[in-house]
Amino acid sequence: MLVIDGISAYYGGVRALDKISLVQEEGEILALIGGNGAGKTTLLNLISGIVKPTHGTIMFKGEDIVSFSPEKIVELGIIQVPEGRHLFGPLTVQENLEIGAYRRRRRQNKKKISDDFEHILQLFPVLGKRLKQRAETLSGGEQQMLAIGRGLMGRPLLLLLDEPSLGLAPLVMQEIISIIGRLRQEGTTILLVEQNARAALKIADRGYVLEAGKMRLQGSATDLLENVELKKAYLGNRS
Amino acid sequence: MEFSQQIAQYIITGLTIGAIYAIVAMGFNIIHNATGIVNFAQCEFISLGGMFMYSLAVLFKVNLIIAFFISMAGVALIGALIEMGPIRHARSKEIIILIFLTIGLSEILRGTAQVVWGTDNVGVPAFSGETPIHLPGGAAIVPQHIWIFAITVMVMLMLRYFFKKTLMGKAMRATAVNRRAAALAGISVNRMVLFSFAFSGALGAVAGMIIAPISSTSYDTGIMLGLKGFAAAILGGYGNFAGAILGGIILGLLESLGAGLISSQYKDAIAFFVLLLVLFLKPRGIMGYGESERV
Repeated sequence: MLVIDGISAYYGGVRALDKISLVQEEGEILALIGGNGAGKTTLLNLISGIVKPTHGTIMFKGEDIVSFSPEKIVELGIIQVPEGRHLFGPLTVQENLEIGAYRRRRRQNKKKISDDFEHILQLFPVLGKRLKQRAETLSGGEQQMLAIGRGLMGRPLLLLLDEPSLGLAPLVMQEIISIIGRLRQEGTTILLVEQNARAALKIADRGYVLEAGKMRLQGSATDLLENVELKKAYLGNRS
Repeated sequence: MEFSQQIAQYIITGLTIGAIYAIVAMGFNIIHNATGIVNFAQCEFISLGGMFMYSLAVLFKVNLIIAFFISMAGVALIGALIEMGPIRHARSKEIIILIFLTIGLSEILRGTAQVVWGTDNVGVPAFSGETPIHLPGGAAIVPQHIWIFAITVMVMLMLRYFFKKTLMGKAMRATAVNRRAAALAGISVNRMVLFSFAFSGALGAVAGMIIAPISSTSYDTGIMLGLKGFAAAILGGYGNFAGAILGGIILGLLESLGAGLISSQYKDAIAFFVLLLVLFLKPRGIMGYGESERV
């Protein structure tokens, strides 16, 4: 579904990614792991078309999307839930969700969109109680749920999740993780960026490890969880 | 005339001029919210609205209502062209440079208008006659004042509906809050900015057209009105829509009461003095709140 080949990019004059390649199959959850500044977010922004690469191609369903504008890429069904949520703070919860379906405004009927709206409120019941509230008044966990909900309103074929557990209490984090599992069951393909490598690998099928802009390791999630090198660097020594 | 009647008269005049400042302030706010820049070409939108109206209604004898909408669309188009050309293709995206760019564009538009229409003050017919209507209490109001109020209220209601109820309006607000997140939601930021310039053009034109029958119009009437509208926007809290209305009305009332009760020579000074005072006490304006998130 997604084939990234030999991509390099600069971020603020520094080489952020060096000849990265990655393949994601449809229906798969891929975990992208790495420390701060490893280039994970840059990679997501390249896929979303916000950052442009100096070399390489990004093929989505057989089409090179490197030259596409961000809105065109959203139109194709690649939707990013950015790190730090980036909600529209002064707008209400409901408005945030409606804007998530912006790209579908012409092609799809209102019924489908309102069905998805109901579905998202089932997924995140707490949002249903806050519809008229300004997004910036929500708690951190609620904001993350809204950010994911807004992303889902776009009916993603490929969902890019950037650090969804960042800054959340463990219990809320568990809830978010279980939601990701549920989305997979519904058939959404997910590229999950996480610093919490263990949690990510537990729900992922495969994983890639980025380090200082280079791809260090890749493999099945179970192999990576057992990998000694990785354990030292990212997984802590809990197991 | 009794004192109370005089006061009533000043208040009517103040509200009228304040309504116009409010519309102009809205035009400044819409572009500011979408782009972060102060668009000084807003002043020219006002002049052009008046002059288009004059050309169509007086020179070409077009029906006033039709002339009104053609002028509005024409100035909206000029606003859109400014964005599609110089603003979008400026090599620097720095706010301060773009602001200076709008000052340059403003000069070009004004110069062109001067070549086209000359420097004379010209009149535009009132929308429905000049016979004053006497209000109980003794104050009088000319029909054009009622038109100004009615059109202003309608413009405000339409803007409110657009920004609160339509997906496009919500998308514009979203873009103002966070451009990156808007792009990630599939909103074309360029298109939102384009719309904001077209909207501001239309608003400036409306302001210029509704005041023209009262004060006459010329190629540069927009400068003072534009600056007052800008002051109203700052007074209310730059970027804030309710603030624009409040700021416009306060400024209009102060000017009118100041001119009537103290001296008409000081009317601009009084208005700007109050503006400075408010900004000393509340630097973000009356309804301004903390820095909005911009990423």
